Amino acid sequence: MPFEVTLFYAFGGLSILGAVAMLLQVRNLVAGAMSLVVSMVSLAGIYVLLEAHLIAVLQIVVYAGAIPMLVLLVVVLLNLRTDDFVPARPGQRPLKWVGAGIAIGVGLFVAHALRRSLAEAPAAVPEGFGGFRDVGLQLFSRYVVPVEAAGLILLAALVGAMLLAKRESE
Amino acid sequence: MLFLVLAKTLSVAVLVVGVFAPLVIWLARKQSSLQKDRSEANRANGGGGAFLGLSHPLADLPKLLTREDVAPAGANRVLQMLAPMIVAVPAIAALAVIPYGGAYTFGGTSVSFVIADIDWGLLYVFAIGSIATYGAVLARGSSNTSWSMLGGVQSAAQMISYGVVLGLSVVGVFMVFGSLKLTEIAHAQDQLLWSFWGPIGIPNWGIFLQPMGFVMFMACIMAENKRSAFDLPESDSELAAGDVAGRSGARFGLFYMTEFIEVVVIAGLMTSLFLGGWAIPLLSTDMIIAGVSSFFDEGLATIACALLQVGTFIAKMVFMVWLQMRIRLSLPRFRYDQLMTLCWKVMLPLSLVNIFATAAGLLAFGEVT
Repeated sequence: MPFEVTLFYAFGGLSILGAVAMLLQVRNLVAGAMSLVVSMVSLAGIYVLLEAHLIAVLQIVVYAGAIPMLVLLVVVLLNLRTDDFVPARPGQRPLKWVGAGIAIGVGLFVAHALRRSLAEAPAAVPEGFGGFRDVGLQLFSRYVVPVEAAGLILLAALVGAMLLAKRESE
Repeated sequence: MLFLVLAKTLSVAVLVVGVFAPLVIWLARKQSSLQKDRSEANRANGGGGAFLGLSHPLADLPKLLTREDVAPAGANRVLQMLAPMIVAVPAIAALAVIPYGGAYTFGGTSVSFVIADIDWGLLYVFAIGSIATYGAVLARGSSNTSWSMLGGVQSAAQMISYGVVLGLSVVGVFMVFGSLKLTEIAHAQDQLLWSFWGPIGIPNWGIFLQPMGFVMFMACIMAENKRSAFDLPESDSELAAGDVAGRSGARFGLFYMTEFIEVVVIAGLMTSLFLGGWAIPLLSTDMIIAGVSSFFDEGLATIACALLQVGTFIAKMVFMVWLQMRIRLSLPRFRYDQLMTLCWKVMLPLSLVNIFATAAGLLAFGEVT
């Protein structure tokens, strides 16, 4: 087995393990957030194997670095204990099977679509496709208006959040 | 190929963790005693003498490893075990992209003095650095004491805030050198920025092109390191050393060691980004090889050049380590609101101004690719 394939299975296995561990750690939120980090970092490893370096870095910085950190900070600040969670009412029990059914259905659909698309050979990508230079040039030339619009929306959200937080403390 | 990578990885990791970090601890104690005008770390008897206090780091290791592993009641033991590793691994992994020397050809085989020469070199450091924040938070959050919990929240806020400015402060460097690759940045610095006469002039170093970037990068990366002046998570007077409360033995030792490994990593990064890396001022690679090979043969000249340049890199790194200590020991600890004001109200706008000024300068004088 080539080294890359071994690495792929290692990262893939770790990613699935992390995801499953996160689901099993519903009552221990810190451990759950850390399992999410494991899963996300392993995915980044797979992206590196695919030579999608930009996506790998973004994956680590955003999905493994920033988002679980936010979760962790909220957990630490709220200081939730296991007995703070309200147990599910009897009427809510069947809902989890509905949720699980939907999740499995979506997973099967994605797997099916992937299998079908893999049957055809993928088109060759041009040199530098998806690299830092290419993506940067696209962002600041062709997509400059959407980028600026997204920036404005985020800024508005930030200012709004600050206003709301400030009013509450007074 | 794989053998070469493994050999490089092992030698760098062993050298930094086993030799540099203990030496930096020794150096830190000596510099501290010098600046505080008192004698320090000269008592451990390493078999017939103190050897200038060098036996202290040797004595520290068995002391820390054999100490009883104590933890507060209700502490999460698994997270407490994991936290020091989550802190230590990114620090050691960051050593992989630092170019300790250029690329040299020894009789047909080309050897480059960097473990992983990747296109996204500096982003790699930032990416794995963001993982280290978890270690800092978990270490303090898992102890089940309010002091360390406060230290954990503080360290997270500090690392995230300064991480923002840290990222923005090197954008200018990327723009000037047009690359994220640390080897390319180091190579670009082996030239002259402006020549007085022939080969004599100002070298093309990051510190001359990005003086503001240099100061901000240094301030922010020292804040990320969380040592004195920025050691709020540890602050013994306010938080009762909340940082270290609930850690002992090897777990404390690994944390302590990691801080000093980070000092070495910071020095290496700053050297390769701002201080010309392995480049010797006034002596470019071609000049050294041409000069030595006029007396001896080409192979010997290459070896001499490699030794000289790696030596230069280490000398610059030692200087940066010393500079960090000098700054650290000269400054009192910031108050928390001062820390945040410095970051968000002073350095963040300044770093944005720096980016705009760099862009304007490149547009006016440089060639934009």
